[in-house]
Amino acid sequence: MSLLNKFKDGLSKTRQFVTESFNRVAASFGIFDEDFLDELEMILIQADCGIEVSTKLVESIRDKIRADGKVDREHVLSTLRQDMLDILQTKAFTPDFSSLNVVFMVGVNGTGKTTTAGKIAYQFQKQGIKTMLAAADTFRAAAIDQLKIWGERANVPVISNTLGTDPASVVYDAMQSAKARDVKLLIIDTAGRLHNKPNLMSEMEKMHRVAAREGQEVSAIIQNLLVLDATTGQNAVVQARAFNESVALDGLIITKLDGSAKGGVALAVADEMSLPLLYAGLGEGIDDLADFDAELFVESLLPEE
Amino acid sequence: MAVFSGLSEKLQAITDRIRGKGRITERDLKDMMREIRLALLEADVHYQVVKDLTKEISEQAEGKEIIKSITPGQQIVKIVNDALTEILGGSESKLAVNPRGFTVYMLYGLQGAGKTTTAAKLAYLLKEQGKKPILTSVDVHRPAAADQLQILAESIDVPCYIDKAEKRADLIATEALARGKYLLCDTLIVDTAGRTTIDQEMMAELKAIALAVNPDEKLLIVDAMIGQEAVNVALEFDKYIGLDGFIMTKLDGDARGGAALSIRRMTGKPIKLVGMGEKIDQLEVFHPERMASRILGMGDVVTLVEKAARQIDEAKAQKTLERLQKNQFTLQDMLEQFEQVKNLGSMQDMMAMFPGGAGKLKGAEVDEKEFDRLAAIIRSMTMRERNNPKILNASRRKRIASGSGTSIQEVNRLIKQYEQTQKLMKQFSGMSKGGKRGMLSRFGLGF
Repeated sequence: MSLLNKFKDGLSKTRQFVTESFNRVAASFGIFDEDFLDELEMILIQADCGIEVSTKLVESIRDKIRADGKVDREHVLSTLRQDMLDILQTKAFTPDFSSLNVVFMVGVNGTGKTTTAGKIAYQFQKQGIKTMLAAADTFRAAAIDQLKIWGERANVPVISNTLGTDPASVVYDAMQSAKARDVKLLIIDTAGRLHNKPNLMSEMEKMHRVAAREGQEVSAIIQNLLVLDATTGQNAVVQARAFNESVALDGLIITKLDGSAKGGVALAVADEMSLPLLYAGLGEGIDDLADFDAELFVESLLPEE
Repeated sequence: MAVFSGLSEKLQAITDRIRGKGRITERDLKDMMREIRLALLEADVHYQVVKDLTKEISEQAEGKEIIKSITPGQQIVKIVNDALTEILGGSESKLAVNPRGFTVYMLYGLQGAGKTTTAAKLAYLLKEQGKKPILTSVDVHRPAAADQLQILAESIDVPCYIDKAEKRADLIATEALARGKYLLCDTLIVDTAGRTTIDQEMMAELKAIALAVNPDEKLLIVDAMIGQEAVNVALEFDKYIGLDGFIMTKLDGDARGGAALSIRRMTGKPIKLVGMGEKIDQLEVFHPERMASRILGMGDVVTLVEKAARQIDEAKAQKTLERLQKNQFTLQDMLEQFEQVKNLGSMQDMMAMFPGGAGKLKGAEVDEKEFDRLAAIIRSMTMRERNNPKILNASRRKRIASGSGTSIQEVNRLIKQYEQTQKLMKQFSGMSKGGKRGMLSRFGLGF
């Protein structure tokens, strides 16, 4: 299955739900009046878009109807579509490889950081970029082994130490090694941490400081990518905010979009944070990572016009 | 334990507003229902549940003629609390045990929900209860999943059966069952691969595993942070595999945990256990009535007291108390107290359990390290200094500051704190000796 189809397939349930609800509501109300807009808001909330975004989207439709008086299905849909696209800011992840790029994969537990690190490493290694992985998740049992397996699959060296060592020391080793081997992309897999645990957040900040200090001489570019699970509810917004406060984030990766996710949370987070969506995780295979395509995402979410 | 605290803050704000009023109008009630609805939706409670719940609450509120009542705010709080408790399942629900002596628990769920960690935690919990569990990983998909379980099993000294060469999950499960019986274990915990409900192949695999080991409990592991899809996921798993209960993970995060409410309500199946942290012993029995209180910001004093009872060394506490009463409280005692408090868990966790604590905590950052610093200062003192702080002169204080990596100011502050505590204790002991007189005379009211 092509990635494009996977994307559509993964969100097909949401789309089916939105389409059905939309049509049902449209049929029962006939015209798009206040009650319909209330219903629409509820549909969006049920797709995990969150109250803020849902209200905003509906508000915009209401304004549009007031302005031009057009209440047909096509107009409502196209307004919705356009507003969603305005919220979703995307960017292809294209680092400047003239110097060393250090990428931290951060996020709460179980979002798919290790898997995504492996997939990104594979993509760039394939393009001939000298890539390296670092196993800075020294807490979760076998996280290091898991990353090593990904390293083998992607044919990328993995810098690691043993379980329980200070993750900052792994970062230090990886930085030395990356500099010595003239690596262009160093991807650091970090342990999952809940954003409301101050000690874990400062552990992450320490890793960041070590990378910044050791990267100074080669003017390394350091980026922090937040990995979010698409099945997450509105807590994703809280996560993004907290991680961004701790280490400034450069972009978002939404994983598990191929599965049971509603997906609307991408809108909620993108709206709150104004951070670009870089990748969409679409499965367990090494190829199952795509640039986040906003058009396709919205198209997969909404009924046809 | 910030679970639901966002929600409790919200509901508290509403009820506070109403509490201030003697009477509420119909309009107030409508506003409140709207706020409750939004708060629940924002907490990821399933839409249908929100709809039902607000309807029930407003019907009850009207039925009880709440508008004419003198204390409408409190009545609403009680109604909401009762409704939430009822949804969450009344009283706690225990794991089934097979009467024939060998019990099988099968854990399944979406990717990244925390199945492997939970499997090990469950094994630890059972072992603590005197059972003989064996673990097995039938996750043939995620790299190093079996290794992860094995490492955890070794750390808690529980047998673990894995077979990395075998690619059929049901065959591994069958073998694990035989192995468990051979090793005279009494419980098998099967950790399965994460999957999505729309993946037919994976669902078929799960079915085959269930058929092979015939579990006594099929437990769905649910991430507390999950969104609106929670209910569908649970219903689909129930339809294909069958479902006996839930284990909620990552409840130590700040997700509002609306999923807990929703799946309970929509499937009718109980939440059996909850994961409260990364450590192996942080899997706890789910107490619905306490959780409902927590949602409303009414605190969870019961848990706090239980925790204290479990963690505090009673003999030591008694000794400290005696010394306090005899006015012999030394810096050494203070150090022991710090350690006991630390054993209770983080300050934030504890604060969240106090009534109204969730609301008050916001903004007031609790510095966890403060205790460590204070303890370090005391540890840098000699025993003689700890028992007789009067001898702490400038040069000693300087030595202690550099020994503990703090400043002289911090050392001084600690000593001042100690002196204040001692003073306070003197008043208390005076009080217990002379009745209320000592205290009253302080305020110039004595006879």
